[in-house]
Amino acid sequence: MSVQTQGTDTAGEPAVRKARIPGVPRGADHATGSPSRRGAAAPYLLLLPALLATVVLLGWPLVKNGMLSFQNLNPRQLIQHLTEWNGVGNYRQVLSEPEFWHVVERTVFFTAANVVLIMVLGTLIGLLLARLGKRMRLLLMVGLVLAWAMPPIAATTVYQWLFAQRFGVVNWTLDKLGWHSMADHNWLGSQFSTFSVVVLLIVWQSIPFVAINLYAATTTIPKELYEAASLDGAGARQSFTSVTLPFLRPFLYATTFLEVIWVFKAFTQIFAINQGGPDRLTETLPIYAFVEGVGNQHFGVGAAISFLTILVLLVITSYYLRMVLKQEEDEL
Amino acid sequence: MNRSLIGRIWPGATAVVLFVGFAFPVYWMFATALKPTGDIISENPVWFPTNVTLGHFEKAIHADHFWTLVVNSVTVTVLSVVFSLVIALFAAFALARMRFRGRRGLIVTFMLAQMAPWEVLIIAIYMIVRDNDMLDSLVPLTVFYTMMVLPLTVLTLRGYVAAVPKDLEEAAMVDGCTRTQAFVRVIFPLLAPGLMATSLFGFITAWNEFPLVLILNKDVEKQTLPLWLSQFQTAFGDDWGATMAASSLFALPILILFVFLQRKAVSGLTDGAVKG
Repeated sequence: MSVQTQGTDTAGEPAVRKARIPGVPRGADHATGSPSRRGAAAPYLLLLPALLATVVLLGWPLVKNGMLSFQNLNPRQLIQHLTEWNGVGNYRQVLSEPEFWHVVERTVFFTAANVVLIMVLGTLIGLLLARLGKRMRLLLMVGLVLAWAMPPIAATTVYQWLFAQRFGVVNWTLDKLGWHSMADHNWLGSQFSTFSVVVLLIVWQSIPFVAINLYAATTTIPKELYEAASLDGAGARQSFTSVTLPFLRPFLYATTFLEVIWVFKAFTQIFAINQGGPDRLTETLPIYAFVEGVGNQHFGVGAAISFLTILVLLVITSYYLRMVLKQEEDEL
Repeated sequence: MNRSLIGRIWPGATAVVLFVGFAFPVYWMFATALKPTGDIISENPVWFPTNVTLGHFEKAIHADHFWTLVVNSVTVTVLSVVFSLVIALFAAFALARMRFRGRRGLIVTFMLAQMAPWEVLIIAIYMIVRDNDMLDSLVPLTVFYTMMVLPLTVLTLRGYVAAVPKDLEEAAMVDGCTRTQAFVRVIFPLLAPGLMATSLFGFITAWNEFPLVLILNKDVEKQTLPLWLSQFQTAFGDDWGATMAASSLFALPILILFVFLQRKAVSGLTDGAVKG
């Protein structure tokens, strides 16, 4: 990104370099005189291992998942290695189950709550980073990087301890702040409070990515733009809305999509904190697919749920990719 | 006057509050691990570990299977990172240096593959691995972790290869090197920092992976540390000291790596994830 702006801003020297460089490769290519047929196959040969791996290890599971979702695959078929096709039976069963639609609704709310919090707080903290002096910025950065770097499993265990019913710091603090009914609160005992802990955990771990990258993006905004804005009589707020915001907009869009994708398929934190409990009330789509498919041994049904989840993710991902590709058209 | 004073102070004050908020859980993990049990289960929290003890760490590393699982985790992680680096290096070179039909499509494929929803593919992978009689083995874990890490490795390495000036390579070729020699002698040494940074990302992904090992390996001897850690609390009851010591041991290598590559993390992740 920064390279592009430099290239267009400083006129003289780069243009000269640009003009000189293209001559060299052409000459060199001729000098090596590689036969054109072998040269044409080379890139494909180099890419072969990576492509093969992708097809076998990612493509095949995707296809396999599609096939499983049209099969009747319960413990009996599993043990006897039977393949029983049952058409769209699994889909009909899943889609007609009220429980499935509850999970969908829950997943959407869960994703929305997380992403809104992550983006709003992440953006505010990113802008704060840009305003801070060197020392304070370093301090905040250290805190952010620590939260970012924590392995999700370790972070989940720590949150279980922070929110523990007995001797947990959170309950103690709430009690001391005057909310005495929280002194022995069992956070994992109800749907809402379990989700509160998970959301806090995911938001805490996800903000650093947004904040630090947003701060990095603000440092690439050319100072001249602000000078021009202030010459035109823009105040602090106006220069924010007319310079900072338009510059950051593509970044914000792309990051929002990324966060939606990441939160939507979150598995580790939700599963590790309470296995989707209490009473399966905090299962989102990936957990629901796992519990139905593996836990209850309805592998075909689980595969159907997975397939529907992948479909949703594919739509979101393709929007994201289209946007990113449009931005980076010339770089590819 | 008053207003400007507040205006000058609030960013710094907010930064301090936020720092405490973000760092506290990590601090509390280490602090709890180092405190004697009496200070952990006390009516009022002991904010700073004054009587430091290593007892909880001892308990954690003497837990059943701990060292087996360390070996498993390290083996699986290191192998998958090495495999994906080797495979990705070829691909990255082609994508960064050569013009050919389908190049753009391939880059998009890797970008898509990077967002692959592994969390919901685990049922299909379980069936594939089961059909091949490979449950409770480290081989499928290594193989699939390699694939999980591969797309990002290709995309970031492509950036690093592209950043090596083409002139260098061509100068070497003019001096009589073949294209392979030019790569090995000129580009490869310059890629070393890039390879380091890229492999660290792969390391973190593989080290932290949880859903796949959860479904594939029921045999404790063939599991990895994340699974062990998620069950640690069940095994040790409410022994929070030992649980936090185990968490600390698991998190420490990653925290060190991350701080070490913090600056690279910013540019690397944006290159890989946002910019492709």
